[in-house]
Amino acid sequence: MSIFGALKISLVERIWANMALFAKQLQTITAGGLRSQQVRMASNEVSFHTKPYKLHKLDNGPNTSVTLNRDDALSYYRQMQVIRRMESAAGNLYKEKKIRGFCHLYSGQEACAVGMKAAMVQGDAVITAYRCHGWTYLLGSTVTQVLAELTGRMAGNVHGKGGSMHMYTDSFYGGNGIVGAQQPLGAGVALAMKYREQKNVCVTLYGDGAANQGQLFEATNMAKLWDLPVLFVCENNGFGMGTPVERSSASVEYYTRGDYVPGIWVDGMDVLAVREATRWAKEYCDSGKGPLMLEMATYRYHGHSMSDPGTSYRTRDEIQEVRKTRDPITGFKDRIITASLATEEELKAIDKEVRKEVDEALKIATTDGVLPPEALYCDIYHNTPAQPVRGALIEDTIVQPYKTSADLLKAIGRA
Amino acid sequence: MSLRNLIHFSTKRCRFASTLSVREALNMAMDEELARDKSVLLMGIEVGRYDGCYKVTKDLWKKHGDQQVIDTPITENGFAGVAIGAAFNGMRPICEFMTMNFSMQAIDQIINSAAKTYYMSAGRLNVPIVFRGPNGGTPGVSAQHSQDYSAWYAHCPGLKVLMPYDAEDAKGLLKAAVRDDNPVIFLESEVMYPKEFEVSDEVMSPDFVLPIGKAKIQKSGTDLTIVSYGKAMHTVMEAAKVLKENHNIDVEVVNLRSLRPLDFDTVAKSIRKTGHVISVEESWPVCGIGSEIAARCMEDEKVFGAMKKPMMRVTGCDVPMPYSMPLEAKALPVVDDVTDMVKKVLGKN
Repeated sequence: MSIFGALKISLVERIWANMALFAKQLQTITAGGLRSQQVRMASNEVSFHTKPYKLHKLDNGPNTSVTLNRDDALSYYRQMQVIRRMESAAGNLYKEKKIRGFCHLYSGQEACAVGMKAAMVQGDAVITAYRCHGWTYLLGSTVTQVLAELTGRMAGNVHGKGGSMHMYTDSFYGGNGIVGAQQPLGAGVALAMKYREQKNVCVTLYGDGAANQGQLFEATNMAKLWDLPVLFVCENNGFGMGTPVERSSASVEYYTRGDYVPGIWVDGMDVLAVREATRWAKEYCDSGKGPLMLEMATYRYHGHSMSDPGTSYRTRDEIQEVRKTRDPITGFKDRIITASLATEEELKAIDKEVRKEVDEALKIATTDGVLPPEALYCDIYHNTPAQPVRGALIEDTIVQPYKTSADLLKAIGRA
Repeated sequence: MSLRNLIHFSTKRCRFASTLSVREALNMAMDEELARDKSVLLMGIEVGRYDGCYKVTKDLWKKHGDQQVIDTPITENGFAGVAIGAAFNGMRPICEFMTMNFSMQAIDQIINSAAKTYYMSAGRLNVPIVFRGPNGGTPGVSAQHSQDYSAWYAHCPGLKVLMPYDAEDAKGLLKAAVRDDNPVIFLESEVMYPKEFEVSDEVMSPDFVLPIGKAKIQKSGTDLTIVSYGKAMHTVMEAAKVLKENHNIDVEVVNLRSLRPLDFDTVAKSIRKTGHVISVEESWPVCGIGSEIAARCMEDEKVFGAMKKPMMRVTGCDVPMPYSMPLEAKALPVVDDVTDMVKKVLGKN
């Protein structure tokens, strides 16, 4: 690109920025609550403005002016809707007692995962805590695999051996049930990336509750010491279980709590802000500067888990207010319709497709078979001769008939 | 070739080409594995520039560099987690705890993140990692730094747990641990580090690897089976000598080497031969490895049927380790405890 070309582009950017400012002044807030302001570009791209980021120990940060094209708009909308619908379905399955144990839903937080995924490239990895259904879907599992895992069926992500909190894909290291344990694990995934000189990051997620685990301090210390390409992402949904952040954290500015690790506060209800912040953070990591800490300000509609109605420590009005004014999907929908990136009808058509996809997944998740009893003895040791495994009785001791679930599924024609 | 070597070659003794301390054996094992496979990392407190708190990792940083040999801050839970995360993503870390006592800070990561992930992921994600360090009773360091974790870790499916006795065990088992595709707990002993053993040329070879899950008949005998492992083996071997020389009792000594998987077949075979069994360990008695051996002896009709007397245990005393020297001396089993118990079981006291 010539210098002239570069100048021209920077001039254009400035004009757009001015126009965006102008548009901001004109904009009236709709009932759905518009966060980003948009300006129509000459191409099929539209420029939006995000809420300002807050920066910690950074001279500059992500751009508050972001662009969105039609394809991406439809794709983010679809992904967020899939997660919302999938989680609603999971909630219903739980109430019908078809899901056992724990079940933590992501509804309300969709923009975080979808926005981050949008900025990730091949080779980037993610590790999170137990609120993992949405991430599992975004990183390569189908809705069927997620829902069937919740119901413990063979079609599940890990064929029913992990359940709600333990799902995996090639770039997704779980699904971790112990609050905070994923923080150093994510730094370790990043250590391997750095060792192999990959231009990749490990997105390491935790909630505002887990932000108070000592492991985060230990992990950020090593990550900064060794400049590991890790993004520590605090999804601050306001509550660690039922305790509001003010009652659990001496500082609720989670993006500053890495101390020497620079941080960014991001509007986690705006998929475009999340995408831009992640893109910027990835560039920062890729350049070898080490870790960053991102705080995504978000909200969860359901209780901490399905056993928590989520109403004893906050009011129903509060939840309704967020749904009405800050919902990540409604807000985004309004924006892309207003910007003529999509029509109401097109989005309705997507909704219909999504409903169908989730309904079909539900059918399999509630009718598929469960692993045969031999699966109890699978997946104990990798690459190890079949081991004797003791059962409840000494007579139940059995030499592993299949070493892995994969071997077993193959044997019963399910591979 | 020197005349001395020629002479050695001409006799049966040529098998024992060298003496090797346990410390040297461990160092050699890691040195060879770091060189053989660049995905092997060594991580821990003072493993690099300091040459290891107990000099087990001496010169490894100089030979293999910053990339493979990583000094960590004093942050066990954190660096164990980092090491496990690296193992998730294709590395094969050796995670050293300065002593295994500090592994308790990281035990959640070891059990919940390392041991269970292969099962939880239905075989999608395996965790090739070694957690190693000195373990068990150490003179003069009192309760918090003198504890044996063999039973703690052997309790947990998903882990493999190894406990070497001599230099051969140390080298062959550590190399096996590094090459294994699963989390392996490797329990060493500070007291055993300087002890020297004669080893064969085979042991000195970079290809020497011992199988995991196989016990060794350290000494064959006919009168009684002693099942032991780790540092307690040292006491047992001394006792075996005393029993033979002073009492004409010929014990068979089973060195378990691997506590999980546990090679009960070798133990059973030996008991069927001798008809008597005791276990010797330095661990606390309750729910220990000896308890497990006793339970299995009773659950196996053939073994139980072959036993002429009930199995007895020799264990560490059921107290935290005291500092005072005479009290400390009473807290761990000594040669006399073993010889007394053998004579008692055989009705020869």
